[in-house]
Amino acid sequence: MPNAPMLIRTESVSREYRLGETVIRAVDAVSLTIEQGEFLALLGSSGSGKSTLLSMMAGLDRPTSGAIRVRERNLAELEADELARYRRETVGMVFQSFNLLPRMTLEENVELPLRLAEVDRSDRQSRVGEALERVGLAARRQHRPSELSGGEQQRGALARALVNRPAILFADEPTGNLDSVNGEQILLLLREIQDSLGMTIIMVTHERPLAERFANRIAQLSDGRLVSDGAQR
Amino acid sequence: MKTRDLSELAVRNLREAVLRNSLTTLGVAVGVASLVAMLSLGVGLQTLASQRLTRSGLFNAVFVTSQRNFRGPRQPPPPESAAKRESRALDDDARQQLSKLSNVTEVYPQIRFITDVRFADKSESTSVLGLPDSSRSSGAFEGMTGAYFSSPTAEEAILQIEFAKLLTDQQPSLIGKDLTLRYAERAALSKYTDDEALLDAMMGSGKPGGISPGGISIVPREKTLRIVGITESDPSAGIGGFGGARVYLPLKTAEQLHVAQPDDLQAFLSGNPAKPSYMAMTVRVRSPKDVPQVEAAIKQLGFATFSLLDATKSLRLVFTVFDLFLGLFGSLALTVASLGIINTLVMAILERRREIGILKALGATDRDVRSLFFAEAGAMGLFGGVFGVALGWLIGSALTWGTTIYLHRQNLPGVKISYVPWWLALSAIGFAIVVSLVAGLYPASRAARLNPVEALRYE
Repeated sequence: MPNAPMLIRTESVSREYRLGETVIRAVDAVSLTIEQGEFLALLGSSGSGKSTLLSMMAGLDRPTSGAIRVRERNLAELEADELARYRRETVGMVFQSFNLLPRMTLEENVELPLRLAEVDRSDRQSRVGEALERVGLAARRQHRPSELSGGEQQRGALARALVNRPAILFADEPTGNLDSVNGEQILLLLREIQDSLGMTIIMVTHERPLAERFANRIAQLSDGRLVSDGAQR
Repeated sequence: MKTRDLSELAVRNLREAVLRNSLTTLGVAVGVASLVAMLSLGVGLQTLASQRLTRSGLFNAVFVTSQRNFRGPRQPPPPESAAKRESRALDDDARQQLSKLSNVTEVYPQIRFITDVRFADKSESTSVLGLPDSSRSSGAFEGMTGAYFSSPTAEEAILQIEFAKLLTDQQPSLIGKDLTLRYAERAALSKYTDDEALLDAMMGSGKPGGISPGGISIVPREKTLRIVGITESDPSAGIGGFGGARVYLPLKTAEQLHVAQPDDLQAFLSGNPAKPSYMAMTVRVRSPKDVPQVEAAIKQLGFATFSLLDATKSLRLVFTVFDLFLGLFGSLALTVASLGIINTLVMAILERRREIGILKALGATDRDVRSLFFAEAGAMGLFGGVFGVALGWLIGSALTWGTTIYLHRQNLPGVKISYVPWWLALSAIGFAIVVSLVAGLYPASRAARLNPVEALRYE
């Protein structure tokens, strides 16, 4: 994507965990630049550090060393409340296990980020409707997650991630719990969202064929290190 | 997050684990109920005692005596400083003066005398007391046989049951019948010339040697009164009464009899016999709290006073300590209930770990998560408090009901021993909320501190 402004830059980011006396380096000095509107796939096998890197870029975790700059703000230096605000206003997240709250209807799940962002009640219904419309679940708004199929749940989670109109969408193994048909549907949706809204999408996956088919760029991690980073198309 | 959204989420969360949260809320309710029942019993008994004592007139009255009543006529004169105060007599002028003091509602003299009472062919010597019209509402005549005096000047009498037994075995049959009092009337001799004539008539000799100008005569009289009631209690007991009177008549009727009082002899010897004075007066004040001020004002006028103010203070102290103990016992149950809240919320954190992670991933701050758990604890406190107050009121009502049945079986009137005033209800609900919030402090801060990545990993 030529001439697109830089959105995220990780500067020698590392994340270590301590297990007793042992120090495990989950992410090891990863430096990466992501431009606005990109669809980046973070590829790697289990334990390669791709989800840890995604969590840090999404503001859920902090690096042990290095900096993660989003629009030139270093996430590592933000206070807890500022980081929460970043997650609320700049970021949308989709997880492998959907993570819809089972006690709420689909509509209430999608409305949750709007409640946290203190959006006026009068605006909420239209925004929830818009998000559900985009993922094709407008007719299922009163259903609980247990009444939806896996694919529908993930589409619901996608609607929840989009409802706050974030600049960046993080997807952690979004097709991991889905069959190939539903998985493909989700990725088509992500691609459509990227194209129509110009949203930056960062997706963690271990399925190279899907990454190659839908992402603009693939960055591969192995043992916490960035081993390759190249544009697809 | 806005308060309304927070409340909605909290109520929704409570509804989801309805059985466990209901049981926890019930625990709070039982704790509040025990607190309310205990305190309502304390308040009820205190109210009952206060009402009875206030109605008895013991605590809103000042008993006034003339200071000279307690000195014999032949005793040496008092010191110079006390001489002025000694000079005050408890007469009608003093009565007028006392009734003009602020917060005084009623002033009446104590008219009590020993007399012969004749009924049919029986004659008994007993003590007679004049009762002010305000005695009607003192509670002393509750459950009496017959009725209270028909008017403040009625020529009627009420008998104490023990005296009625002396007159007949069938006491109720006395109602409507007449009895006769034989008493000594005090008559003033206004002019010396009249005195002379009277003394001539009485003594049959010349001028009365040593009798000062003016004086009194004691004339035997009889008065017939209709018996209208028989009472088991002794309305003359307590302040200003000293107890022991067996026949009661309206105070105004008693005053019109001009019965010779023990003070008359002293008045005669002191050279001022024309104006009748009284042994004692009772000054009623608006409320017990006015007693100290009125008592001080009366002392300023040169009279001796006595009141049961100190007794009321002691009574209040006793009830305060009583309430404190009842409250402590009631609070124990609430303390146990608060442990239930802590347990429920800590369990909820374990169960909702993933949910907390999701909320944080969606942008909830630590404060949002803490507030949510706080709101849930507060809601359990609110619901438990409201339900507990209702339950406590029911327990109190059951106690009153049971007590009333027992008292009726003992032929006694029922009493309300439990009372839940609005301040107790509101305080109990507030206390339940505060206790619940304190109980929610630890779970809420623990939930807020959860790392979102770890929480999301939790299965």
